[in-house]
Amino acid sequence: MSDSPTVSVEDVRRVAGLANLELTADEEVRMLRDLNAILGHVSQLNELDTAEVLPMAQVSEVIGNSQLQEVLRSDETRPSLDRDRVMAGAPETNGAFFKVPKVIER
Amino acid sequence: MTVETAATKPLSISNIRDSIASGARSSSSFAEACFCQIDARDAQIHAYLSINRERALEQAMSMDGLAKKGEVLPVLAGVPIGIKDVLMVEGLQATAGSRILEGYRAPYTATAVKKLEAAGAIILGKLNCDEFAMGSSNENSAYGPVRNPHALDRVPGGSSGGSAAAVAAGMAVATLGTDTGGSIRQPASFCGVVGILPTYGRVSRYGLIAFASSLDRIGPFTANVRDAATVLGVIAGHDPLDATSSSQLVPDYTAEMDKGVAGLRLGVPSEYFAEGLDPKVRAAVERSIDQLRAAGAVIKPISLPHTHYAIPTYYIIATAEASANLARFDGVRYGFRAKDSDTLSAMYRRSRDGGFGPEVKRRIMLGTYALSAGYYDAYYKKAQQVRRLLAEDFLKAFAEVDAILTPTAPTPAFRLGEKADDPVSMYLADIYTVTASLAGICGLSVPCGKSREGLPIGLQILGKHFDEAMVLRVAQAVETLQQ
Repeated sequence: MSDSPTVSVEDVRRVAGLANLELTADEEVRMLRDLNAILGHVSQLNELDTAEVLPMAQVSEVIGNSQLQEVLRSDETRPSLDRDRVMAGAPETNGAFFKVPKVIER
Repeated sequence: MTVETAATKPLSISNIRDSIASGARSSSSFAEACFCQIDARDAQIHAYLSINRERALEQAMSMDGLAKKGEVLPVLAGVPIGIKDVLMVEGLQATAGSRILEGYRAPYTATAVKKLEAAGAIILGKLNCDEFAMGSSNENSAYGPVRNPHALDRVPGGSSGGSAAAVAAGMAVATLGTDTGGSIRQPASFCGVVGILPTYGRVSRYGLIAFASSLDRIGPFTANVRDAATVLGVIAGHDPLDATSSSQLVPDYTAEMDKGVAGLRLGVPSEYFAEGLDPKVRAAVERSIDQLRAAGAVIKPISLPHTHYAIPTYYIIATAEASANLARFDGVRYGFRAKDSDTLSAMYRRSRDGGFGPEVKRRIMLGTYALSAGYYDAYYKKAQQVRRLLAEDFLKAFAEVDAILTPTAPTPAFRLGEKADDPVSMYLADIYTVTASLAGICGLSVPCGKSREGLPIGLQILGKHFDEAMVLRVAQAVETLQQ
């Protein structure tokens, strides 16, 4: 593992905010330890010179030949999910819309 | 704890179909046999999160109706199948092993499951797994771990632990699982069953609760290679509802599987037999390789030089994608919502904090960190670059060999709790499986022996993109040579 920790407790709080997670004090301590251990392991990647290597985002990029897929379809109306069944899975609705707590905070 | 032998001798798919067609046995009796086995063993193993007897027996009766009329039965007629709980089956619960989806019922059915049902399969229920398929031991399920049917103090592997254990214990004839970094192959190895990782794009993922979209795949578990080929043939193919599914034709996977291995070039990568490989696993895998050589295969030593970098690459890419995919669990449209939040943002945070378990939070945090401003190039882009190097390793190797042989996992099933507090050591359980996940190639795990304590050991066979037929052909030879 790396000698100097990569992630600080401020980083943990900032990232938890970005991810919409609320960590308890205990969770923060464990997260700090685990993220540093994992990123220490990840730092091995720096042994590789990748300056000339294109990033690979999708498997289709390396399958080659004529694997370019036809993913566009004609723009026609098709049935979608039944609203009642979708709403049945939601914590709070008025039947037509999802209901949430106050959006604007003061 | 003594090692137990796994249940009764499993049935094969063709036997089931034939005995229903001939009237020797009813479809309902096969489903009932699985439910009896579930009643007898699942209190201990905990492979199922929910079962649906009524729906299953209704499906079975309709198969019996077809048989009575003398109609030609579909290929999976009467075959009792369990589904990993990350796949949607209309009206049934879909928890993904998470509290955040407790009580959620799917409003539609995944394409892979639809295809099984159209082929006559009987859906028994939903199978336990690591939360959002994140784990290598099934200990991350919010509903409690699954135990290995071969040794109840050991893990079944993960994340599709329930899917592997159900087949191993005779509680289903086949199951569906998902594999993002090894989640089909590693539990197949630990539980002594066959598990296929199809090529990326081979099986539609419509109706799968997403973990890492450039990696996630759906595949079957079965007790033997032929059944795996049969189920794969049913679920494979293009789906207009999944833009990443391939339109490449689906061959008859059973057609060429008995051709044997004479003349085939099989590569053995030195990097997979290095430090960290349990000697019992090495012995079983090497014995299998010797048998293939004796059967006429040309065994070639090869090198996949970037293998060492696969775990860090995987854990950046998979967590980055997961952090985006799991943003949708926010207490608005489905699942758990924390009560009494004054504002929307507090509701988001508290629902996610209460709904997600520790490993899921860890991965969301890692992925969010890797994608955050100032770190993107150092982590995410770097990992994508190394991903290409790993994929190119395989493309170069496949210019010289027809398939590649490796151990599926570095050890047999480990004990519950053994790695639970050390994420890095847990991640290393996937060391031989994440490479194929990143490259998008196909593969499978087939049992190749047992340790002295009776724990199953799996051989991993990897093949080119869309060359599942080759992988199955080699696997069939491995299975036959052991008998």
